[in-house]
Amino acid sequence: MALLLAATFLMIHLVPGDPVRASLGPTAPKELVDARRHALGLDQSLPKQFADYVRQVASGDMGTSLVTGEATTDVIRARFSSTMQLAGLAFLVAMLVAIPLGVAMAALTYGGKRRSLELGFAAGAGTFASIPSFLLAVGLVWLFAVTFRVFPVAGREGVSSYVLPIAALAIAPAFALARIVRLEGLRVLDQDYMRTARGKRLPPRLFYVRHALPNTLTATLTIAGLLLGGLIAGTVLVENIFAWPGLGTVLVQSVSQKDYPQVQALALLFGTLVLVINFAVDIALGLIDPRSTILDA
Amino acid sequence: MSRWARALRTPLGVVALIGVGVIVVLAVFGPILWSDDASRFDFEAISQGASRAHPLGTDALGRDILYRVLVATRLSVTLAVLAALLGALIGVPIGALPSLVGERLARTITSFINLAVAFPSLLIAIFVAAIVGLGARGAVFGIACAVAPYFARLTQTLASSVVGADYVAAAKVLGVRRSRLLSRHILPNVAEPLLLTSTLAIGEALLSLAGLSFLGLGVQPPGYDWGRLLSEGLSRIYVTPIVAIGPAVAIILAALVFTLLGEMLAKGVAGQQTARWSDVPAPPVAPAGPVEVASHESPGALAVVVESLTVAFPGGSTPVRGVSIGVRAGEIVGIVGESGSGKTLTAMAIADLLPPSARMTATRYEVQGQDPRPLSEGAKRRLFGTSLAIVYQDPMSSLNPALRVGRQLGEVAELHGRLSQKESHRRSIDRLRDVRIGSPESRVRQYPHEFSGGMRQRAVIAMGLMIDPKILIADEPTTALDVTVQQQILRLLRDVGGSSHAAALFISHDVAVVSQLCSRVVVMYAGRVVEELDVATLVRGPAHPYTAALLASVPTMESDRSLPLATIPGRAPGPFDESPGCPFASRCPLATDRCASERPELESLADGQRVACWHPLTGDEERERVVRARENVVV
Repeated sequence: MALLLAATFLMIHLVPGDPVRASLGPTAPKELVDARRHALGLDQSLPKQFADYVRQVASGDMGTSLVTGEATTDVIRARFSSTMQLAGLAFLVAMLVAIPLGVAMAALTYGGKRRSLELGFAAGAGTFASIPSFLLAVGLVWLFAVTFRVFPVAGREGVSSYVLPIAALAIAPAFALARIVRLEGLRVLDQDYMRTARGKRLPPRLFYVRHALPNTLTATLTIAGLLLGGLIAGTVLVENIFAWPGLGTVLVQSVSQKDYPQVQALALLFGTLVLVINFAVDIALGLIDPRSTILDA
Repeated sequence: MSRWARALRTPLGVVALIGVGVIVVLAVFGPILWSDDASRFDFEAISQGASRAHPLGTDALGRDILYRVLVATRLSVTLAVLAALLGALIGVPIGALPSLVGERLARTITSFINLAVAFPSLLIAIFVAAIVGLGARGAVFGIACAVAPYFARLTQTLASSVVGADYVAAAKVLGVRRSRLLSRHILPNVAEPLLLTSTLAIGEALLSLAGLSFLGLGVQPPGYDWGRLLSEGLSRIYVTPIVAIGPAVAIILAALVFTLLGEMLAKGVAGQQTARWSDVPAPPVAPAGPVEVASHESPGALAVVVESLTVAFPGGSTPVRGVSIGVRAGEIVGIVGESGSGKTLTAMAIADLLPPSARMTATRYEVQGQDPRPLSEGAKRRLFGTSLAIVYQDPMSSLNPALRVGRQLGEVAELHGRLSQKESHRRSIDRLRDVRIGSPESRVRQYPHEFSGGMRQRAVIAMGLMIDPKILIADEPTTALDVTVQQQILRLLRDVGGSSHAAALFISHDVAVVSQLCSRVVVMYAGRVVEELDVATLVRGPAHPYTAALLASVPTMESDRSLPLATIPGRAPGPFDESPGCPFASRCPLATDRCASERPELESLADGQRVACWHPLTGDEERERVVRARENVVV
């Protein structure tokens, strides 16, 4: 976290030249630039600036937009939930698709059975997993919004406007995760305790759901945590394609308008989110995997 | 290099190579050939869709999109390659650092790398690009910083394994300087995987770059790359979708080609895949024909029987060859033999629990008088589930780590014994008490990792006794237990055989335990039954030299402790061995020429005894000779 604070603080100082000059343009009068510099505290010494920055962030003030003059916290607050909805729902969809699909594929292709299905899945999942969300979004828009006109092309109004952005975000991680789940499933099926379970002649439902599934979750969740981080990044692109009123659209706007305080605030926010997710995954792993909780006790 | 060449000769490898070739040619010659066409304004044809003159349509100034896509190849690919190389240039030294510096600093760097890898690369790219400034330079720097953590992580992992190697340690001791250590010893060893990663990173960079340009954060007008073209096209997707689809397809194809190339190369490095059944000739099938099983005893219902059982694996391995075993209700039959003799696979074949790659053949196979082979999965589940219980070898891995012990014990009784959850819970507690596990009431609620090794073994035994099985297969159930517990377990197993009249197959390498528990013993050697006899005969004196040697290797109270423990010299032939003679010939003190050239079949010797040997032992002095001969070798 300290690293993150320092990084976001230094960010504004790494901008070649003068960020205020860069943002106001070369034609702005010197007095205006100086006044703005003073307002931002950029004429102070570096350590003092850093101390001020940390104090500000701690008190919930993340600076003011250079362009609109709005407090960045207000901008973020207004849009935070819509981005989180998008990322959260997409993550949910990805998990709901990936885990059953991966386990089913592991069950069907275990022991070198059904080679053609295995190849088909590997090819299909590999392709879908490697298509980035923004290209997928373009394809989806073309197919479902332009050709068939079943979903709106952009905006955030009504349930149907959620479908395409979520699909664009969820498909790649879903297939990436499904491949991991399948491999993990195959590994688990090879374990001695699964032979024990086979020896109990359980019906397939109990065999796969009760005995196999929990043992695949540790690895799955670890990867899922990484994917969730990637999903949040993916929202930046997808929001811009679908004109989604979230943080991603603001981010791109601020970057292209050279609104450095706002970029700084967003960097801090996204960075914190990623850290929080990693932390949450660690905690969840502890809850799911009985071995790690007991070790603590 | 030849491995890579071989990987690239596969159909997919050829596709990848051709694809990369096409991209390189386009990148080199595209701008030369079509630069003018791509920037020619055509105000007659502004913002058109696909047409004969403009297959991918035109942009707002009437410029042809197809030409623009082709020309943009150079910029898109060059920037991607630059970004990937720059990423490697940043990442590799950082990744190599931890193996060169002190331990504490190394740990800090490692955790920094881990954090950076966890951070979404697109966000890194955007923020770095924001600092460096909008445009191609910023985008390349941004993406370089985004892929650098992966290079760092890979280098770190590889380097730490190389640094652990002896020759690097030796170099360190010799005082080789750090920079030299890096360039001489570490880099050459990590070069190959890094090259692969670079290929993949180019594909990744291509996509990220397109993403940045698409957001307006990459290449700035009047320059254009695929991402730029895509973003210009997207605004018109309602009217003329082709102008967006064209660049999108170009991006996907190019990225796919680089990824494919990387994966093909990686496959080449990983080497050949394992053999498959289709590549392997059919396994040798044991000679057909009726093999009488236990003809010597009064007829009784065989609870389980296999004849001429053969188990084979892909690649020509045949660890079980023509084994015939039958067990009557109430009888405990022991299978003895050293490890690798095929005991466990025989038992697993009988229990229909062979790994999926195994192939099993048998002229006769019956469980409770029924051949399971033609049965449906459901019928098989019912047949085995209600009649057969197994106590597994290796208790450490035979329990499911994610389920409570009570759950694992109880479910069989609920499913096949038709007990309620409450009853099965009570029975789990009873069974754990039976195997001498203290405070079973709290133990059932624990997970396997909370049990000690010996307790787990006992829990596995308890699990096998949850239903009253008609057939019990116990695979080395007492190996890890101390002698007192071992005796209790043996008594318990005998009780099961006695009270519920179950047929039991008891697998062990310990002749002493077997002779204590079983009524009949089957001796296996190199996948074959070499002798079958009553326990009384076993104790009195077996006929096969191998059995005699096995028996003599059990230390007793009378053993001379000044001598080393008796062992059988030599090694058993492996599962691939196809030599014609008796498998024991090379280790047998009585072996003759005939033993080396002709294999003896299992034949009746006396009442209740069958042996596969050309020179079965008949008198005590002969047996003595075998044992002596053996000891001479050992001492």
